[in-house]
Amino acid sequence: MLHLNQIHKIFNEGTPDEKIAIDHVNLTLNPGDFVTIIGSNGAGKSTLMNVISGVLFPDIGEVHIGGKIVTNISEFNRSKMIGRVFQDPMAGTAPSMTIEENLAMAYSRNKSRTFRKAVTKRRRDLFREVLESLHLGLENRLNAKVGLLSGGERQALSLLMATFTEPSILLLDEHTAALDPSRAELITNLTKEIVEKYKLTTLMVTHNMQQAIDLGNRLIMMDKGQVILEVDKENKRQLTIERLLAEFKRIRGVQMVNDRAILS
Amino acid sequence: MFTAIFSSFETGIIYAIMALGVYLSFRILDFPDLTVDGSFVTGAAISAVMIAGGVNPFIATIVALFAGFAAGCITGLLHTFGKINNLLSGILMMIALYSINLRIMGRPNTPLLNIETAFTKISGLFERTGIDSFFNRFLSMVGLGDSLPDTWGILIFMVFVTFVIKFLTDLFLQTEIGLAIRATGDNKRMIRSLSANTNLLVILGLGLSNALVAFSGSLIAQQGGSADVGMGIGMIIIGLASVIIGEALFGTKTIARTTLAVIGGSIIYRIVVSMALRIDFLKPGDMRLITAVIVIIALTTPKMIERSKEKKRKARRRAEHLSAIRTSATEKGDNHAALKSDS
Repeated sequence: MLHLNQIHKIFNEGTPDEKIAIDHVNLTLNPGDFVTIIGSNGAGKSTLMNVISGVLFPDIGEVHIGGKIVTNISEFNRSKMIGRVFQDPMAGTAPSMTIEENLAMAYSRNKSRTFRKAVTKRRRDLFREVLESLHLGLENRLNAKVGLLSGGERQALSLLMATFTEPSILLLDEHTAALDPSRAELITNLTKEIVEKYKLTTLMVTHNMQQAIDLGNRLIMMDKGQVILEVDKENKRQLTIERLLAEFKRIRGVQMVNDRAILS
Repeated sequence: MFTAIFSSFETGIIYAIMALGVYLSFRILDFPDLTVDGSFVTGAAISAVMIAGGVNPFIATIVALFAGFAAGCITGLLHTFGKINNLLSGILMMIALYSINLRIMGRPNTPLLNIETAFTKISGLFERTGIDSFFNRFLSMVGLGDSLPDTWGILIFMVFVTFVIKFLTDLFLQTEIGLAIRATGDNKRMIRSLSANTNLLVILGLGLSNALVAFSGSLIAQQGGSADVGMGIGMIIIGLASVIIGEALFGTKTIARTTLAVIGGSIIYRIVVSMALRIDFLKPGDMRLITAVIVIIALTTPKMIERSKEKKRKARRRAEHLSAIRTSATEKGDNHAALKSDS
């Protein structure tokens, strides 16, 4: 479904600040795969997400989605196939617009937008139905401005907007990191539920090792722009935080320096 | 007095179309678009030249609308593909249009006196069909017979046109493309991740905004009897004043409510200015100063009122808190005394 071939990306090339963000990374996601990516700050996780979604273009390498080469296709064209949830709960929704209007915009993602009415009765019924799956009571607040919702509710709505049109790829960029623990757990559970329901091919970046171990069927560890560890289905079941840290030390020869990851 | 208010309504409702255009760029797209100062005149100039050349005034007005659309699109292109800052791309376009407007007219001013315009046609129609005399008779009955307006045609026709535009704007902003334009001003990153081409949306939005502005400019030229190359100076501020006054007075709960508020704001702005100009001390040349002061007041007072409310709220809470502490202290004291007396 998703295939990254020798992706290489350098920031500030030719200046003293030159930094290799992604160092010849290869990655293949089969349909239905749910891959979690873990790594310390500056490991290149978010850059990888941005390369896949078309916010950034790689210096070398190719991005294939659904068998097509999309390396040079612009972000908005590519996002017909990609659902994204950002870390910032404010980033995934338009605050001055209502819940149903936000959903209507997400509904138009894989269609061309026309001069027809965006929120019709039929669509409203659909929106109500998908909102019910969040169990937050948002289906009764279709006309509430999204800016009035709490961070957790907004992130749940973002997740729904990214997924209910069943994109080819779902990208989750630390989408629970900015929430308090109980809200984060709610979103984590919703993520699990939704990914299973629509059988989405998913790539999730997280700082939370436990979350990376609990979710998905494969795990990838990144450091300094490289994929240093790949854990497949069988081995992932027996994985613990201790083992992950030990594995990192074995590969890199140093302790993993990431207090956020360790503390969580 | 009645005549002054009547003519404020008349000009206010024509300028309301321009204010709706400013609302589209300034509020919906979050793009402070100074092209308005130029495209307003472009609309006026094109239709004035065409009408003076014998073209049907209604066709000339429609042509003005398209010219405004083109001007707005160019500003959008400068900003999106040229990556020029939004204020600067508007200013560049405004400057460029000044020369273009001079070229269109060939001189700084095109008079339309004694030429048939859209409004002379309309008021002629109203006079012939007796609608004017009907309304005037009504006015005389309520005792306003000594200040009868020249024609009711412009006002009634423009109320109709402006409200048609308002309803079309409301409908447009509820369409799939309309929602995407609103989201472009609200959260660009999000709507891009939902596969919308924000560049095209900005260009389309600015085009529509300036189309309305030029349309309004064309009508103002026909109502005032001339197009002048300087008539657009400060137009963006007048539009802003209308939007801000309207929103403050009539609310912004829904899109339909806000567009209505903008129309109301435009009329109220005209009334305020005409009242201000009745003060002997002020001259017509002071109009732009008055406008600036109105906008400054409208922008600053709501915040100051909010701040003083907040202060009062805090002071009250502090007082409540203090008195609560004091009463609990005195209660403790009482208990003490009671204990003492017991022992």
